[in-house]
Amino acid sequence: MNSVIQVRGLRYRYPDGTQALNGVDFHLEGGESVALFGANGSGKTTFVLHLNGLLRGEGSIEICGLPLADDTLQDIRSKVGVVFQDSDEQLFMPTVLEDVAFGPLNLGLSPADATTRARTVLKRVGMAHALERPPYHLSAGEKKRVAIAGVLAMDPEILVLDEPTTFLDPPTRRDLLTLLRGLPQAKVVVTHDADLARALTTRAVFFDQGRIAGEGDVIEIVQRFHWEYS
Amino acid sequence: MHHLVIDRWSRGSSSLHARDPRAKLAALLVFLVAVSTTPPRAQLAFAAYAALLIFAVHLARLPIRGLAGRAALVLPFSATFALITWWSGDALHALALAEKSFLSGMAALLLVSSTPLTAWTSALESWHVPRMLILVIQFVYRYLFVIAEQAQRMRWAALCRRGAQQSYFDFSAAAGLLGVLFARSWERADGIYHAMLARGFRGRFVPAPPPPFRASDALFFTACLGGCLGIRMLL
Repeated sequence: MNSVIQVRGLRYRYPDGTQALNGVDFHLEGGESVALFGANGSGKTTFVLHLNGLLRGEGSIEICGLPLADDTLQDIRSKVGVVFQDSDEQLFMPTVLEDVAFGPLNLGLSPADATTRARTVLKRVGMAHALERPPYHLSAGEKKRVAIAGVLAMDPEILVLDEPTTFLDPPTRRDLLTLLRGLPQAKVVVTHDADLARALTTRAVFFDQGRIAGEGDVIEIVQRFHWEYS
Repeated sequence: MHHLVIDRWSRGSSSLHARDPRAKLAALLVFLVAVSTTPPRAQLAFAAYAALLIFAVHLARLPIRGLAGRAALVLPFSATFALITWWSGDALHALALAEKSFLSGMAALLLVSSTPLTAWTSALESWHVPRMLILVIQFVYRYLFVIAEQAQRMRWAALCRRGAQQSYFDFSAAAGLLGVLFARSWERADGIYHAMLARGFRGRFVPAPPPPFRASDALFFTACLGGCLGIRMLL
């Protein structure tokens, strides 16, 4: 199988001097799902923000064979869909339909095609009833679904999910898991939730102080790093 | 959090709600120009403008008291100037100043209470109002709810930790809350920009095509124009 993400020696220092990533090597195969574990501030979110060039550090990143550079940035952003932890940051357009159509319009689709694609994706995530609703009127679970729809509308090859179940109640979390399991894209899931990782991914990577401290089977990593609430 | 009442009102289903936002926006402009150019001595005209507004509020099936109460919020600002004018001996001008500001506020409020934000900002866009200005309006409105919720949660947290000895309004705590709110808003703005870039944003929004303008909308605007001009010229 071909690697869809290949990262070598990634280092990143924030402007305040914090060394967030300190030589990360990472790979992801097509269709594979991997969980990123690690304490708060260990570099997980900083790492995933590099995958579509939102942050630019030292080292090399290849997405679906394309090296991340200024001239490939837009192509790479259409291949890597990032679902942010806080849906309120992701849903910025006045209505659900406009928000989901935002990405396809930026890809160069005509307004009619972008709207059609947005409608299709919203139906897929079970939000077809909310097309004209403003995002701030939605529940946390609905916001998350619309945020995922906004990313899926760009037809990405890789989905990056940053703490996808934060703020969700158990039934909503369950529904979201069912939805995510049905998506064919390769997935990088940033999470503290070992149960979520077991349900959604096959491999786990453990971040510690900006480095990958271990990787392997999810259960093995959970046990090795004592990564459970009880 | 309870969302703004006006936002709820704007999603009604009256015949005024059904009119094209461009027609309503044009009617508002005509009304504002007519009111602002009416001489102070034409008190009957101001009464007629008020009657026109009451009719429109009735048409929109909105609560007149709720709207009037909110429109009265502009009065403290205009009252300052009205009082100065009154002290200088021109009571009629002072009265007209208060009337004009109240009627204008009421008319603008009626527009936003009978038209969803997305619709009237689209109307502005179709009139080639600078896109940046429209975006600022939309973003402020969108994130007003998020920031208000955040402020409310922080206020509750502050109330929970307030000792019995402290005064109701602790200035230093309020200042701290505002500072943190500002810093968080800044961080959020950064997050939103990242989310936009992640979905291919290149610094330019793709505008949506305007909806068709119907004959009933043209008729509505003509009626408003006729009403305003009639009052302005005849009374």
